[in-house]
Amino acid sequence: MATSTADKVSNGNIHRHNQNINTFKSDAYVRSGFSNHCNKHNGKANGGLDKRPFKESFDQAPLYVAVLTYVGFGVVTLFGYFRDFLRACGLEKCHLAQEREEQKDFVPLYQDFENFYTRNLYMRVRDNWNRPICSLPGPQFDLVERVSDDYNWTFRNTGKTIKNVINMGSYNYLGFAENNANFLTTVADTTRQYGVGVCSTRQEMGNLDIHNELEDLVAKFLGVEDSMTFGMGFATNSMNIPALVGKGCLILSDELNHTSLVLGARLSGSTIRVFKHNNIQSLEKLLRDAVVHGQPRTHRPWKKILILVEGIYSMEGSVVRLPEIVALKKKYKAYLYLDEAHSIGAVGQTGRGVTEYFGLDPSDIDVMMGTFTKSFGAAGGYIAGKKELVDFLRTHSHSSVYATSMSPPVTKQILRVLKCIMGQDGTTMGIQRVRQLAENIRYFRQRLQEMGFIIYGNEDSPVVPLLLYMPGKVGAFAREMLKKNIGVVVVGFPATPITESRARFCLSAAHTRGMLDKVLSTLDDLGDYLSLKYSRHSKSTQDRTLRRNSVVNH
Amino acid sequence: MDVKGLKEYLAWLYYQYLLVTCSYVLEPWEQSIFNTLLFTMVTMVVYTAYVFIPIHTRLALEFFSGLFGGQHESTVAFMS
Repeated sequence: MATSTADKVSNGNIHRHNQNINTFKSDAYVRSGFSNHCNKHNGKANGGLDKRPFKESFDQAPLYVAVLTYVGFGVVTLFGYFRDFLRACGLEKCHLAQEREEQKDFVPLYQDFENFYTRNLYMRVRDNWNRPICSLPGPQFDLVERVSDDYNWTFRNTGKTIKNVINMGSYNYLGFAENNANFLTTVADTTRQYGVGVCSTRQEMGNLDIHNELEDLVAKFLGVEDSMTFGMGFATNSMNIPALVGKGCLILSDELNHTSLVLGARLSGSTIRVFKHNNIQSLEKLLRDAVVHGQPRTHRPWKKILILVEGIYSMEGSVVRLPEIVALKKKYKAYLYLDEAHSIGAVGQTGRGVTEYFGLDPSDIDVMMGTFTKSFGAAGGYIAGKKELVDFLRTHSHSSVYATSMSPPVTKQILRVLKCIMGQDGTTMGIQRVRQLAENIRYFRQRLQEMGFIIYGNEDSPVVPLLLYMPGKVGAFAREMLKKNIGVVVVGFPATPITESRARFCLSAAHTRGMLDKVLSTLDDLGDYLSLKYSRHSKSTQDRTLRRNSVVNH
Repeated sequence: MDVKGLKEYLAWLYYQYLLVTCSYVLEPWEQSIFNTLLFTMVTMVVYTAYVFIPIHTRLALEFFSGLFGGQHESTVAFMS
């Protein structure tokens, strides 16, 4: 099995389509997973559709942790009210926006919970976010050292920089955020030839030949007919979903979808219904209701039903259950929009995303969307699929009409990275990076689980959320890690549920084993020092496959 | 006598207390207020327990023993 995949991989081109050899007979888990999706397994439960074991875990913390988290929030809220009272009395200077004297009788502007939370909790630990970086965001970077004299209301730079901080927060999955002059010669040449600004939109004067070259290459990479690229990843979602669906259509969107998808869905004017995160039963129930009952008052059939999912959800680290969703969409005649922002380049044997990871045919997915920001070290997004779809978008998308097209150096960077990953530049560096990333992921996750932390997400996802729960520990964790020269991203309330604050690690192919070991040993010590090891599974006697095969949806 | 180890352990315990009650994020004067309040409440609880629990348990025991063994000792039960 291993040799056959290696031969196919070194070509840079995977032939996924005509492999009827081992589809129907082999029920067992096929490690390579390149065979076609077969219809015979429609009646089976989860195990039949996946060609590989799907290991995701969302452990729950012990009850005392939840109680203490609420206690912590309660204390901070009480002190928040106390400080607001002092500010209102005038006993304390108010650093934030306030209403003017003349507006005191109007509806209050700054009394809702979000403002309260920002003033009284976020401000106290604000030094852990928006840290200025003064070097390339590679596997190691330099930070500007800054201190605050008045408890984070204002900062000042001391003038020093903290050098060689290990970067566990950048979305640099394949390590292409690099400034090695040898690799960037084509990019430099393109900048000299085309300049930096395009100064026009795609439909006017901003359609460069390198854009067409990039689109052909992206289509070839993904195994689809055609693709179109846009200058901004967020705008790809928010500007193209309104072009595809409108009034009279139904959007079924996952609970934890990214803001760009939610914004695009709302801008389109369609009816939006939300299903529970990665929960196929919930999605099926919604689909059934939609097909049976139709539109709300008239009961006419929906014009289109579009399912919005992401490849990897960046807050949870979970991977979408693509085979089941594709089976559902075929059964109920819906369309599927897959946002592979984090998964393109990072999962799959050759980095082609979740479609390859599950061994599915790319033509099963109606709209494949992705961004070049994460694994490609550039900026922008793409939408790929059938030629009719892409031709429609070229004329009807808001982005192509109004948004400036992608800048030439960025386009060339993506071209060079794609050629590297596909092996077309004559080296195996691309595939080595994909493999190095997979190995880093496996190693890191396994060691963290052994140490006893609670980690969310799929075993193969490069995003590793480590649960911290208590608001006090969020600030302490980030500060202590910075003292040890490791930069992490911690996430708290508005982006996550209020009791589930976490630290989110993003692994990279550029991380060496030494860096990972340093991070892991620091985490080990810090886990004991801050008592973060909440996992109830014992370290030595666990049978990992048994425990993690059951997926807990929360 | 490992005084230094004990001091470090106590410091670590205090740090855990700060993290768990989220006093870690408060400014020093707010921490003092919070610690004072908490200490006062705990002291009051302990004092109340010290004063009232022995008397209450004694009364409760007598009440229940009066209920169950009441046929023989009904006259004696009222004399406490």
